[in-house]
Amino acid sequence: MAEPLSLDKVQRVANLARLKLSTDELQAMTTQLGRILDYVDRLSELDTEDVAPMAHAVEVSNVFREDVVVDSLPRPEALKNAPKTDGRFFLVPQVIEH
Amino acid sequence: MSITGATTTELLERLERGDLTSVDVTSAYLDVIEKRDGQVKAFLLVDREDALRQAEAVDKKRKSGTAMGALAGVPIAIKDVLCTKGVRTTCASKILENFVPPYDAHVIERLKAADAVLVGKTNMDEFAMGSSTENSAYQVTRNPWDLDRTPGGSSGGSAAAVAAAMSPVSIGTDTGGSIRMPASYCGVVGLKPTYGRVSRYGLVAYGSSLDQVGPFANDVRGAAVVLEAIAGHDPRDSTSLDEPVPSYTESLEQPLRGLSIGIAKEHFVAGLDAEVEKAVRAALDVYRSLGAEIREVTLPHSEYAIAVYYLIAASEASSNLARYDGVHYGHRAEKFNDLIDMYSASRGEGFGAEVKRRIMLGTYALSAGYYDAYYLKALKVRRLIRQDFDKAFADVDVIASPVAPTAAFRIGELVTDPLAMYLSDIYTISANLAGIPGISVPAGMTTNGLPIGLQLLGPTFSEERLLRAARMLEKHTEWHKLRPPV
Repeated sequence: MAEPLSLDKVQRVANLARLKLSTDELQAMTTQLGRILDYVDRLSELDTEDVAPMAHAVEVSNVFREDVVVDSLPRPEALKNAPKTDGRFFLVPQVIEH
Repeated sequence: MSITGATTTELLERLERGDLTSVDVTSAYLDVIEKRDGQVKAFLLVDREDALRQAEAVDKKRKSGTAMGALAGVPIAIKDVLCTKGVRTTCASKILENFVPPYDAHVIERLKAADAVLVGKTNMDEFAMGSSTENSAYQVTRNPWDLDRTPGGSSGGSAAAVAAAMSPVSIGTDTGGSIRMPASYCGVVGLKPTYGRVSRYGLVAYGSSLDQVGPFANDVRGAAVVLEAIAGHDPRDSTSLDEPVPSYTESLEQPLRGLSIGIAKEHFVAGLDAEVEKAVRAALDVYRSLGAEIREVTLPHSEYAIAVYYLIAASEASSNLARYDGVHYGHRAEKFNDLIDMYSASRGEGFGAEVKRRIMLGTYALSAGYYDAYYLKALKVRRLIRQDFDKAFADVDVIASPVAPTAAFRIGELVTDPLAMYLSDIYTISANLAGIPGISVPAGMTTNGLPIGLQLLGPTFSEERLLRAARMLEKHTEWHKLRPPV
């Protein structure tokens, strides 16, 4: 687990996270993430073989509500904060070639 | 006694008696904001006219003889991470610079229903990621006790606003100490409720299994009133729990008989400042003199809490913050090649350094080949931390500890060393992992004149106990009456 973090790997993670980082940011990130990962490696000291993972602080499951129709956000309200719309839809750059 | 020098208890009494109108109170606080916030920089947004309009409406309602809400006429400042309908909500991030929510968060609805006066939105670390409020994209908030120091974070604006008497109460959020730590640094009361006690609907998500909304106040009663107003079930947050909300204010003055207080030896180790330790021990002496029994407990996995927290919070953040894609709301880059590049460029431009760091850490911890070693491992150790608390609370009613290893640090001191900054949350973070409530209450001052808080932790849904215990200390000490020099 404690293999050193390479610039290349950090770039791959940045791609996964959809984050465009400058060369300087990538450099700094590699050093800082490396240090943080070294620190969190202390968890490997602990034997957790028989411990169930705890995903939530208060473990409730299957929370249901009544299946009733309620008003949702009106379309103009939902579009109001969008960087680009045509008044009916959110607009994005073309995804599929003609 | 001046209006802004009054405790929230006194303020509520004077408003109820009709000695003061909400317009009197609100203008007095707005005047302090005008005078002091140029230096403190606690607020990202203040709308004087709107606040006064709300105050007038409350006064009119009171005159008409209608039953009033629990916070009638009281000004309250809101951390800029809660959606306020029609009022810009930025999370102190460039990516949400122009975001105007189309709806109110549950907490905001509740505060309005309680007739509170919303005076403004407060500064914070971007997306609540940080421990000093230096990670704001807009401004650095200063500690009213010493302008060269940080108010703590991430709810630094809300804590500083109360400390500088710019608002008697305020709202913060606590994902890994972000209410309790700034409360301690600023000498005010701050409470993180049990996970699920307060609805997260309309709270911009950071670490969804850890985030909780809670109050700051200039006295314990203020925190009790606000919590009572905002707590309770909300079907729009599926993790909000359907448990009755006790009347925290009604029982507040009743001291806890036979209170047993645990202290953990893991909390009194190297790194703890001598003055902070002295203040905590002095507070324990106060409790002893009131009949409490102090017992040692053990929290053997505390030393792993920060590692667990940063893996879990960062993992959840990397998923939660995927929504900022430049499509539905928020910043979109002007220059890009294609759709993927638009996402990456918008996010690269819109997020600050700490947010990027946590998204990267979380993405890494969740990625193929590392998930088991990091994320899953952290979830398992999280259970061990919770079990430590369950065992301890079988023996004691509350656990007392420092809130932070030192009093407020200097602006710039830790900002270049992310790991050192993370370590300032060592005493507070376990409570978020375990889902238990905690309160920070003023308990001392350093020789430099910086406030020191005492943290009390309790089992889930023990807010009533924590508030009463905090009130016992407050009643027998004068720390909460101290105000920063102007």
